[in-house]
Amino acid sequence: MSNKAVRYLWKKARALGWVALSFLIFLTVWGLASYFSNVNAALFPSPLGALHGFLEVLADGSLYGHIAASMFRFWSGFAVAVVLAVVSGAVFGWYVPLFRLANPVVQLLRPISPIAWMPFIVLMFGIGDMPAIVTIFIAAFFPVFLSAVSGVMNIPEIYLKVARNFGVGRFEIFWKIIFPAAFPQIMSGIHLALGSAWVFLVCGEMIGAQSGLGYLIIDARNNLRSDILVADITVIGLIGFLLDALLKFAEGRMLKRWGLEKE
Amino acid sequence: MYIDITNVNKQFTHKGKLFTALENVNLSIDRGEFICLLGPSGCGKSTLLNAIAGFDPPSSGTVVIDGCEVRKPSSRNVTIFQNYGLLPWRNVLRNVELALESRKDITRAKREEIARKNLDLVGLSGFADASPHQLSGGMQQRVAIARALTADPEIIFMDEPFGALDAITRMKLQDDIRAIRKENRKTIIFVTHDIEEAVYLADRVVVMTPNPGKVKSVIKVELGPSRNRTGQDFFMLRQKILEIFSMKHDYPIEYSI
Ligand SMILES: Nc1ncnc2c1ncn2[C@@H]1O[C@H](COP(=O)(O)OP(=O)(O)OP(=O)(O)O)[C@@H](O)[C@H]1O
Ligand SMILES: [Mg+2]
Repeated sequence: MSNKAVRYLWKKARALGWVALSFLIFLTVWGLASYFSNVNAALFPSPLGALHGFLEVLADGSLYGHIAASMFRFWSGFAVAVVLAVVSGAVFGWYVPLFRLANPVVQLLRPISPIAWMPFIVLMFGIGDMPAIVTIFIAAFFPVFLSAVSGVMNIPEIYLKVARNFGVGRFEIFWKIIFPAAFPQIMSGIHLALGSAWVFLVCGEMIGAQSGLGYLIIDARNNLRSDILVADITVIGLIGFLLDALLKFAEGRMLKRWGLEKE
Repeated sequence: MYIDITNVNKQFTHKGKLFTALENVNLSIDRGEFICLLGPSGCGKSTLLNAIAGFDPPSSGTVVIDGCEVRKPSSRNVTIFQNYGLLPWRNVLRNVELALESRKDITRAKREEIARKNLDLVGLSGFADASPHQLSGGMQQRVAIARALTADPEIIFMDEPFGALDAITRMKLQDDIRAIRKENRKTIIFVTHDIEEAVYLADRVVVMTPNPGKVKSVIKVELGPSRNRTGQDFFMLRQKILEIFSMKHDYPIEYSI
């Protein structure tokens, strides 16, 4: 093996070592805490107890259904939010007076937690899939919208000059110049939105749903099954982590293609 | 004449103050001429070029090209910028093709054919599928030149197109531009602050000075088509232009050597 390959493998192994050590310490502290504390095991499970809970929901197959339900809600709300936010953000960013008109209201709506709308949402859409979808939509919409607006407003002048010079039409310019030029910034807005939307999925499902990872939390609480609760929380964390990694990867690929990658 | 610039003034308001970037510019340019706008930073070269190209019309006065007053950019005239203006999300070939995409009378296949021909002309036929950022600055500017030629314009505007390149690459591209021009006689208006570059390329050098930006002198370069950067007359012309810059008063317009 070449020297370079050895060094590469060594670097990877070291990185993995840190990850393993990090979890090892975490699990040890957790295990010791549950062993030496006097809290009832039903309320504060040990790592092994949580593993049993996890294996139980895996074995009876209910976990997959909950994950599927959550994923369906997450991607529908998120996809609709991204499409609407990108299109409207591009239009509002391009026609600046339009944005000036909309911005005060947007700034007022933006800091409101999606959960605050919950009573309205439940009244309007009933319970089921919709509350979670709408919550995710609200959580994802604003970051993407604002990043699209600012991405379009900050398009380097030179691209627009080139477009004018070669007679790119006023509608064509959206998909030939505006979207691609603003895309790196839009992408980082989408990345941001993904994180907060995933956080709100659980909230949305804790209130309006009869399935999903958020519902599973309520269900575990009602049955006093803290081991399942912890297993569920772990799954939520893992999926959130995977989604983030997926988007980071997509973002990296795109920046590379645009020639904008950061070292 | 082909291009008539008459009493052009351009003011900008900067932080509430009125700033005169161009004062009373008059200039006429013939079809097929190679004009260099030469002057130090801030003398209004880009402002004048943007006015002629139609990106930013003058505050007063007129720019007339071929009998029509210029109000907005036209695809019959192409501008090449210092920082190339290539679209990073398109590969080299698709960047060049952009020049013809608004032409409804040209089929997709024909468009690609013309684009490839011009890429070949600038020596980049092997890089059609590359991304702009994979190319060196000099190569990127060649792509921009290929794109300009693909539009088959009547006038090519260039705003310090070689300003970001090293001296050797710059000389190579200067030769390329002269060779390309020999083939198809386009009118070229070329902004530079490099005296040697102006003398090497231009039929006429428009010497501009700042505060306010105006034309100090226009100098005809009668060095013939094959120029030698180290020749005696080349050197004298450079000296002459340097002198003009240091003079207090305007030099009689249309001086020739
Ligand atoms: N959009 C603008 N707003 C305000 N002032 C401007 C604007 N564009 C140019 N100016 C001013 O007009 C003057 C001439 O600018 P211009 O860009 O034409 O100079 P230039 O000769 O091209 O200089 P350089 O060699 O640095 O490119 C400068 O003082 C500049 O600050
Ligand atoms: Mg300039």
